[in-house]
Amino acid sequence: MDAGDALLLARAQFGLNIAFHILFPTISIALGWFLLFFRLKYARTNDPQWLGTYRLWVKIFALTFAMGVVSGITMSFQFGTNWPGYMERVGNIAGPLLGYEVLTAFFMEATFLGVMLFGMERVSTRVHLFSSLMVAVGTTLSAFWILALNSWMQTPQGHVMDGGALIAGDWLAVLFNPSFPYRFTHMLLASGLTTAFLIAGLSAWRLLKAPADASAVKTLRAGALVAALLAPLQVFVGDLHGLNTLEHQPAKIAAVEALWKTEQGAPLVLFAIPNENAGRNDYAIEIPKLASLILRHDANAELKGVEEFGQDVPPVAPVFFAFRLMVGVGVLMLALAWLGAWLTRGARRPAPWLLWAFSGMTFSGWIATLAGWLVTEIGRQPWLVTGILRTADAAGRAPEAALGASLTGYALVYGVMLLAYIVVLTHMAGEGAKA
Amino acid sequence: MSLDLPLVFAILMGAAILAYVVLDGYDLGVGMLMPAASAEEQDVMVASIGPFWDANETWLVLGVGLLLIGFPAAHGYILGALYLPVAAMLVGLMLRGVAFELRVKAQGWHAELWNWLFWFGSFLAAFAQGFMLGRYLTAFQQGGGYFLFALMTGAALCGGYVLLGAAWLILRTEGALQKKAIAWTKWGLLWVALGVALVSLATPLVSELVRNKWFDFPRTLALMALPLATLAAWLWVWRSLGRSDWKPFAGAVAIFVLAFAGLAYSVFPFVVLGWLTIWDAASHPSALKVVLAGVIVVLPFLVGYTVFAYRVFRGKAKAGLYGH
Repeated sequence: MDAGDALLLARAQFGLNIAFHILFPTISIALGWFLLFFRLKYARTNDPQWLGTYRLWVKIFALTFAMGVVSGITMSFQFGTNWPGYMERVGNIAGPLLGYEVLTAFFMEATFLGVMLFGMERVSTRVHLFSSLMVAVGTTLSAFWILALNSWMQTPQGHVMDGGALIAGDWLAVLFNPSFPYRFTHMLLASGLTTAFLIAGLSAWRLLKAPADASAVKTLRAGALVAALLAPLQVFVGDLHGLNTLEHQPAKIAAVEALWKTEQGAPLVLFAIPNENAGRNDYAIEIPKLASLILRHDANAELKGVEEFGQDVPPVAPVFFAFRLMVGVGVLMLALAWLGAWLTRGARRPAPWLLWAFSGMTFSGWIATLAGWLVTEIGRQPWLVTGILRTADAAGRAPEAALGASLTGYALVYGVMLLAYIVVLTHMAGEGAKA
Repeated sequence: MSLDLPLVFAILMGAAILAYVVLDGYDLGVGMLMPAASAEEQDVMVASIGPFWDANETWLVLGVGLLLIGFPAAHGYILGALYLPVAAMLVGLMLRGVAFELRVKAQGWHAELWNWLFWFGSFLAAFAQGFMLGRYLTAFQQGGGYFLFALMTGAALCGGYVLLGAAWLILRTEGALQKKAIAWTKWGLLWVALGVALVSLATPLVSELVRNKWFDFPRTLALMALPLATLAAWLWVWRSLGRSDWKPFAGAVAIFVLAFAGLAYSVFPFVVLGWLTIWDAASHPSALKVVLAGVIVVLPFLVGYTVFAYRVFRGKAKAGLYGH
């Protein structure tokens, strides 16, 4: 057996699972807060339209949450099956963070979801609002722990060595590691944008089928407004996140910018085909000095290239393309959000072309979020935990055939689940909100 | 006096796994019973577990999480050895979780397909869990006999879950469906009796370690309390059928608790039988302490809102949101 193939299969399987999983928390984190907003609106106004909206989206939340739960359970097992070396070496840090996620957040979300979903007629408005709040707090708290662990893997600190394994010396330093505040905020905003576009997109879809649906007009407007507010914030936070990465993980930035040689006044590569073998870009379109200007706020500043980091650099092409995909989709989202917010001002009726545009962009947040995760996780390679543990050293002993068979099984199931999810959401939204 | 942290974690992990088996056990059991019910009854059955199943499955994450946190070396070893059954269980849990939400939203043959997947996923997950138990009890040894033993534990656990699911339906439903559930409970009881008897007889045969723990006079006499109590619980469930709504479920839970206690006694103090004890496999005390602190703070809340949720949804289930 070739150890490289088994590693590749283990990575492919875990990557597939984690990419599939992140789709659903990305929606549920922010949707929890949207639901609380819809529920509060109904409690205040007693308007059945808000009740209908709440009922529709709480069902979508339940489905999304279920998809997140089942794919999340899979992940808790794959840590052991695919990456035993990870837990052996950094388990004393990763374990407690994952444990706190389950203890403080997961149970709370899952239990109050039951009350939120089925309990409206059984509990008082106050208790029902409280349950909705607990679900929203729970999903956000989940994100806190998971992003703390992920950020620690990117920019570890606060640990001490104890024999061959690591233990936490200072838990606050572990939690609030250098990249955590940026990554956490970036992810929350990504969730907000993804969900805002989902709500706006599905409402637009409904309006194409039933132009008179007043509650769909309201939710389209709510989604567009939230997206219009969050998109520029995301640009700002993303920039800060990039500067933070330059400081702590310069090799990742070299790959993002496809900068092979260390340069003063490095150009911004708009497009190129990175050539890993030759260590240069083919067919490059560049703007001189712009990368230095963006990243160092000085057009002539030095940026370190891939050559500086020896073997410890990620593959350039996937990071480079994923970053451009993320930014490209992000710019489209910003433009459409502003346009949509402007064109629906003062209860103006949205034109059909605008409805088609929002419908087309329903799942755009997923693409941007996945692309962003590819940038940050492939950009971390060859490390699993930067400077501490290499991905190759953490892989398990599962035989290739078992990996291959289970990978095929997972891929098949995920494909069916994703298709069903999208079809059902579109179908439910097409039917519209019913009080 | 210093606290024996690995022991505390072993107890916590055992409690989480037992909670999972009982809680998700009843909803997996309800899933396995689906084909025996009419379409309207199926909606009521699904509604009876609707508010709970997400939280029930969370106990699995806690159980495997505590294994991961408390005994990382064992986590990697056990899950590596159980690679394929774990994958099968996960596929089963995913299929049923999604089918659960989608079966109401679909129409025509789609609805039939999701219903079927809900049954199949429940069955696959239950069987895979029992199969893993069998592999675990024989320390993952290779060979035809060990494989047969795991097939047997797989089938036995399915019977156990059917019993729990049927007894749950007696508690949560009424009328014709409840009558059916009483009949299902009888079948579940017979299945469990056969399964527990076979597994109890076979386990000492396939594992010398377990044999020595149970057949060691005069301790054996005291240990006989466990099978006797299990038998008493079994009879109690049988006798209370048709007379009480809650006794069959309580008795079924008692059977599970007793069987679990027997297994725990067989295995202790090993986390991987005959090789790794809980003290060998435990992670660093600093990690254990910080998680234990969290458990102590969170547990009262967890119990509190779980009790709250069960109180909110007490009484008989109606098709409601899960109706067609």
